[in-house]
Amino acid sequence: MYDFEYRKPASVAEAAAILAGDAEAKALAGGMTFIPVMKQRLAKPSVVVDLAGLGLTGIRREGDAIVIGAMTPHGRVADSADVKSAFPALAYLADNIGDRQVRERGTIGGSLANNDPSACYPAAALATGATIRTNRREIAAEDYFLGMFTTALEQDELITEVSLPIPRAAHYEKFVNPASRYPMVAVFVARMPGGTRVAVTGAGNNGVFRHREMEQALDREFSPEAIRDIKTPEEQMNSDIHASAPYRAHLVGVMARRAVAAINGRG
Amino acid sequence: MGHEGIGASVKRREDYRFLSGRGRYTDDINRPRQTHAAFRRSDVAHGRIRGIGTEAAKAMPGVIAIFTGADFAAEAIGGLPCGWQVHSKDGSPMAEPAHPVLAQGKLRFVGDAVAMVIAETREQARDAAEAIELDIEALPAVADLRAAMAEGAPLVHDDVPGNLCFDWHIGDAAAVDAAFSGAHRVAKIDLVNNRLVPNAMEPRAAIGEFDRASGDYTLYTTSQNPHVIRLLMGAFVLHIPEHKLRVVAPDVGGGFGSKIFHYAEEAAVTWASAKVNRPVKWTCERGEAFITDAHGRDHVSHAELALAEDGRFLALRVKTAANMGAYLSTFAPSVPTYLSATLLAGVYTTPAIYAEVRAYFTNTVPVDAYRGAGRPEATFLLERLVDVAARELGMDRIAIRRRNFIPADAYPYQTPVALQYDSGNHEATLARGMEIAGWAGFEARRAEAKARGRLRGIGISTYLEACGIAPSKVAGALGARAGLYEVANIRVHPTGSVTVFTGTHSHGQSHETTFAQLVSEQLGVPVDQVEVVHGDTARIPFGMGTYGSRSLAVGGSAMVKAMDKIISKGKKIAAHLMEASAEDIEFADGKFTVAGTDKSKAFAEIALTAYVPHNYPIEELEPGLEETAFYDPKNFTFPGGCHICEVEIDPETGLVAIIGFTAVDDIGRVINPMVVEGQVQGGIAQGIGQALLEQAVYDEAGQFLSGSLMDYAMPHADDLPDIVVGTESTLCTHNPLGVKGVGEVGAIGSPPAVINAVVDALRDYGVTHVDMPATPQKIWRIIQAGAPRMAAE
Repeated sequence: MYDFEYRKPASVAEAAAILAGDAEAKALAGGMTFIPVMKQRLAKPSVVVDLAGLGLTGIRREGDAIVIGAMTPHGRVADSADVKSAFPALAYLADNIGDRQVRERGTIGGSLANNDPSACYPAAALATGATIRTNRREIAAEDYFLGMFTTALEQDELITEVSLPIPRAAHYEKFVNPASRYPMVAVFVARMPGGTRVAVTGAGNNGVFRHREMEQALDREFSPEAIRDIKTPEEQMNSDIHASAPYRAHLVGVMARRAVAAINGRG
Repeated sequence: MGHEGIGASVKRREDYRFLSGRGRYTDDINRPRQTHAAFRRSDVAHGRIRGIGTEAAKAMPGVIAIFTGADFAAEAIGGLPCGWQVHSKDGSPMAEPAHPVLAQGKLRFVGDAVAMVIAETREQARDAAEAIELDIEALPAVADLRAAMAEGAPLVHDDVPGNLCFDWHIGDAAAVDAAFSGAHRVAKIDLVNNRLVPNAMEPRAAIGEFDRASGDYTLYTTSQNPHVIRLLMGAFVLHIPEHKLRVVAPDVGGGFGSKIFHYAEEAAVTWASAKVNRPVKWTCERGEAFITDAHGRDHVSHAELALAEDGRFLALRVKTAANMGAYLSTFAPSVPTYLSATLLAGVYTTPAIYAEVRAYFTNTVPVDAYRGAGRPEATFLLERLVDVAARELGMDRIAIRRRNFIPADAYPYQTPVALQYDSGNHEATLARGMEIAGWAGFEARRAEAKARGRLRGIGISTYLEACGIAPSKVAGALGARAGLYEVANIRVHPTGSVTVFTGTHSHGQSHETTFAQLVSEQLGVPVDQVEVVHGDTARIPFGMGTYGSRSLAVGGSAMVKAMDKIISKGKKIAAHLMEASAEDIEFADGKFTVAGTDKSKAFAEIALTAYVPHNYPIEELEPGLEETAFYDPKNFTFPGGCHICEVEIDPETGLVAIIGFTAVDDIGRVINPMVVEGQVQGGIAQGIGQALLEQAVYDEAGQFLSGSLMDYAMPHADDLPDIVVGTESTLCTHNPLGVKGVGEVGAIGSPPAVINAVVDALRDYGVTHVDMPATPQKIWRIIQAGAPRMAAE
């Protein structure tokens, strides 16, 4: 780790001010990505702004949405009675991120701010049409994810909470990288009041994306068969030592069909 | 004593310390006035050093000294020695290029150490190491065996033509040729034994300390064999005589072979501690471990088995290329040769075998022994080839094995590849394994899985391996530059408690428990009265350490020999006290008894008499009760057994799930069944890791692509099934305990069982072999390629 200054502000405004004043300052949420990256000397922040003292935790039901504080760890989302009853697919997603230790530290805000192309939460946010609330504004998920590790957030902009509309039914199906256990390909299918939304993470070479062709087909007929012949463009797929683009494209179809089957199986 | 002696599942005495965070590992040790070392390492696979700029780095905060290869060259410091010399077919010795502590002239792999920075703190040392300016002329790299063998390949070492380290062979080529010419059928296979990264839980660490007052050096290091390190580093690298060099290997968190070898960092910190006149500490990080710990396996083989019409094996021919990496690690040349090709008979009566092994240098991390060392490679090749042969003949996989088993009454059995097996009973382990695994009911399970859309397969491996390399004379004739005996010192204290000093080293093997049980059994002393000491050259007379499943078979036998001397002396003391003849004294259950009488003396009483010799045969017998024994085994030991794996493949994703795993291993006498089960399960976890998950990947430029746990897939708990472990005990005939060794059987027997199961699951897809690791992508591709053929049929 390189030397850095550690700050733990008491308010969002104070945190934003520190970040605004120093382009090399970085916010620390749960640290499940950031700290390993620092330990490997791949990040050299001047100031680490710890967000743990800002009180941005908690989960509540707000009309037809679940609202989760940015600093809420995955484990609390997985445990939440509100989430489990209203939006079980989200509890399932949270309960299958990393391991128990990671789930006690890692946060939804950190996951969305980092926008790792293999992260789980971006798929849920995009599939439900979530709203990312920050210290400045509200950003629709559609406008928020701008590519691998890239979001609409400004340097001094902090996610405060995330509002995820509750789907009528949803399922998250993931196929993990055998080493990292991050999704190699994962698909979140959500039946929203306005139609079915399909978000894919882990696979795309530009991060999380919506699979519109599948969405349209599923709106016509919500069944695995309806999307069986849909090809996911290989040129939009990521490729690495674990999975080639064609394999990932194939897995997108498999995971999507399984997610749809799981929803139908639940009746 | 039966409840805690041989055969009892005594709980591990070391667990309290380990589970409560009270272990004392090398990194837990901090010496007064300690400094910290960091190494600047090559980020190119192959390059010529044009310049190393250290001025700016030297001026950085906390920096005490920076050393490069030139500093070692200036003092004529030796290179890291290789402990095993192999000769080529033509009698010439292997190419043995210099292996400097810090690179000189060229950089030969990503991770090769260029410079060492010593600073007040670890982070300061790292900051300065990064600031060193390297001027490197990049050279084309040789990233794998294929590249190393290619016509006109770049040379890793300018003085090693063709990158060829040696071209070795064993067996009778003419007899094999003759057998092939008369064969009914020939089964053939091309296979890769995938390159692995050892990934012990504890990364390596080393602290060098020089005492100017005494002139003594101490090295604390993560080693499986501190005396071997003292010999190699002291005698060959730094020229420090043994009496001035102490090597301490305290608690060590896993080795799997990777901590046998003498590494550059050990020599560097020891040497530098005298230069800066302060202790120098280095602790490896995981990422650094990936590119500096010796890797394992990395063989490419072609094999052919000549078959008679009835399924008998007539002859075996094997051609292997072995990757040595950039330099010869300590025991690297022995792995593909004497530890592998000598195992090619397996459990079968194949009358003629011929194997050729060519070893090559590449611009990769050095490759050396990893759990099983050569024996997993031979076993994988043979057990895969037997399955191919069964298919070739349309024969049942069990039937072809039974047809060729060495019968239990044929022991001792001389193989055509040097080894003479002393004992074994392959039918016994096979029958028990098949029964536990429910082999007979498999087809019904396969049909049931098919109905669920899953491809189910079952695979078997009936293997044999060789542990405890021995005797020293034979090992020496085969190229070992060391003896392979073991040493034990048994110190009986005046009140009858016992300290055992062993030259073996425990880094996960539970020696502190097992050896205490052994002593308890032999001397009749309770386990809690026995202390086991290992890992310090200042406390232990000598020893060769722990690897090759040798600790109990060789080290335990040395203890038995030392205890025999203790008992013999005790009988003389007892005879004196009870006014009897020593020949009439019997020792059992901790008591010396005059035969045929009820007169007896307890062990503790004899011990006290030995140290308080008031009434003592002082004219004939020295006081005290302490004995040392060196034990040189008469032969290897030969554990073997039967591993059966059952898998299900998800044909849509290619994911292989292990449904069941049964291991019935014949390891001779069992001291602690619980420890044995743990060793077998751990070995199988690593074998499953090799078979399904693990793969060290270099790109064509020699960059290491799987250099972290994000990309190198270690087995997770949920990758593993419940492993059913059974043991059989056909005793070893030539050591006093009848023990064979258990540390490696799991890693040796399991990979072919897994892959045989995978191939069986894919039996309808026209596949005869799947290389390890059987990743989902690989399986998916096979299914994709096989599907049209299925449709056409």
